[in-house]
Amino acid sequence: MHVRWPITMMVSIIHRITGDGMALVGTLLLVWWLAALAAGPANYEGFQWLFATWQHGVLGYVVGVGLTFSLFQHIASGIRHFVMDAGAGYELKGNRAMAWMTLIGSSTATILFWAYLLGGK
Amino acid sequence: MRGGTELGRVRGLGSAKEGAHHWWNQRVTAAGNLVLMLWFILSIARLPAYDYATVHAWMASAWVAIPMALLIVSVFWHFRLGLQVLIEDYCHHEARIVSLLLLNFFTLATAAIAIFSILKIAFSGTPA
Repeated sequence: MHVRWPITMMVSIIHRITGDGMALVGTLLLVWWLAALAAGPANYEGFQWLFATWQHGVLGYVVGVGLTFSLFQHIASGIRHFVMDAGAGYELKGNRAMAWMTLIGSSTATILFWAYLLGGK
Repeated sequence: MRGGTELGRVRGLGSAKEGAHHWWNQRVTAAGNLVLMLWFILSIARLPAYDYATVHAWMASAWVAIPMALLIVSVFWHFRLGLQVLIEDYCHHEARIVSLLLLNFFTLATAAIAIFSILKIAFSGTPA
């Protein structure tokens, strides 16, 4: 069976995956981080050890890059939905271009964010 | 395109009796999230360090604790609506009802922990 994967369909699926992914993984991490910060230095340092120290911080990088890309992609794709909610951008060519732009924009934002965090400060 | 009774059309709630509230609330919270999450991610990036003392002092400020609490409300409301759609698409019958109940418990429990933590930090933080 031949299945076509148009970019508009892919971006729609990615919007759901990034949104629901952040809703589960992102929420648990955000709440864990806030609770650790409220609980005191020992708790917070335990959180830091797991995500920044253990195995050179591999967990922090994997989860961090995943969550920041998800956030930027969901924001870009969400703005695309606002444009379409307003009744604009339904021409096939423009609609495809907008879908590509969300991926290019979110990838660029993710790279810039981590470049600033690791080297630019 | 004139289905239903006149009263039904005036109420404008449609056959699911929900109207457009789910759709509209998702857009309103999306707009809130756009501002609050960009503020959050840029503020995190601009922190000079990520040790306990620095992050705790940052979060204790009213200028951070208040938008942070607003972020929890807007983002958690938004993700509850999004996860609801996911459940409605893939879960059916009893599994759907149980999943939707669990979703409400998950959202309220995590939101309560998050807001309590923010307030605890804000109210116990050293004054500037």
